Amino acid sequence: MYTGLLERHRRGSKLIEITENLCKGCEICIEFCPLKVFEKSDKLNRKGYYLPIVTDEDLCVGCRLCELLCPEFAIVITNE
Amino acid sequence: MSEPRHRLMGYVREEIMPHRFCSGCGCGTVLNAFTNAVEGIDLDPGRMVCVSGIGCSSWIPSPYFKSDTLHTTHGRPIAFATGVKMMRPDLTVVVIAGDGDVAGIGGNHLIHAARRNIDLSVFMVNNMIYGMTGGQVAPTTPAGVKTTTTPHRNVEPPFRVADLVVAAGAGYVARWTTYHAFPLMESMQNAMTRKGFSFIEIISQCPENYGRRIGLRRAIDFLKMFKEKAIRIEKTRDMSEEELKDRIIIGRLCDRDRPEFADEMHKLTAEQVAGLKASKEAAG
Repeated sequence: MYTGLLERHRRGSKLIEITENLCKGCEICIEFCPLKVFEKSDKLNRKGYYLPIVTDEDLCVGCRLCELLCPEFAIVITNE
Repeated sequence: MSEPRHRLMGYVREEIMPHRFCSGCGCGTVLNAFTNAVEGIDLDPGRMVCVSGIGCSSWIPSPYFKSDTLHTTHGRPIAFATGVKMMRPDLTVVVIAGDGDVAGIGGNHLIHAARRNIDLSVFMVNNMIYGMTGGQVAPTTPAGVKTTTTPHRNVEPPFRVADLVVAAGAGYVARWTTYHAFPLMESMQNAMTRKGFSFIEIISQCPENYGRRIGLRRAIDFLKMFKEKAIRIEKTRDMSEEELKDRIIIGRLCDRDRPEFADEMHKLTAEQVAGLKASKEAAG
């Protein structure tokens, strides 16, 4: 699985995506990511919530905890 | 750039997303875990009936989950679900409702459905308050908490609903929190695939109407509290009542096989019909 991840990084394909207009800025993903991949940004979405941003995608191992904990279906992890 | 699409969007009513739950509400996590569970066991939402009552958590299946749903009167989802299961035993019947519905107003329906061991999956989202109506005291509110209707403090001890359901005779009972989303998802899959009454108490957060009264205004503070207070049932065997006073016991509380109500009822009907036929033939 890990080699697959490295391969993807080499290809430069996107791993973590955030649907901006679904996010309600609860910060659960920022707090509970085991590898602290997310960070709070200054960027506001349409509803006025501060969005999380991905600091270092290479840190992500694709455990999908953020995807499952996100109450808004806003985080999409592509694991292919 | 087009917006990314969540792989489970096909299971929810996408046209009304984002949902109306408050920022950080546990109901969203429960919806997420539930759709993951349904997808994980390849359950066809067309062969499911989701029943809910009144309250925030009753909005999880209706309108957001894309299956047939019954949005019923306050406290009665288990009563309606019993009717559905009796008439259509081939369908998977799931009740998702709040603590007010299941433990407060509909408490009697709950214990008798558990006693009968009817094949329902009941997921009770316990946010420890009546959140939708503005934060009134619920039967599950911990003692000492100030709410709208207990402005000085709540003097009643909270209801331990999962333990009640074990005593009432349910087949499968578990308790999880919204922090423990992976085991919750697996537990939901167990509940929906096995026969008999399955009950999962999901301790959830309400930052808006409960959290701000106990100093946990943000959802992440709530989840941290769940993480700290939760203790697996396997570790509690040698612990005293006093040690477990403020802890949330999580895990599978019971798993046993008992005769299922709809099966037994239909067996009885078949016996009676056969008996009538035989007596008619004997009479000539």
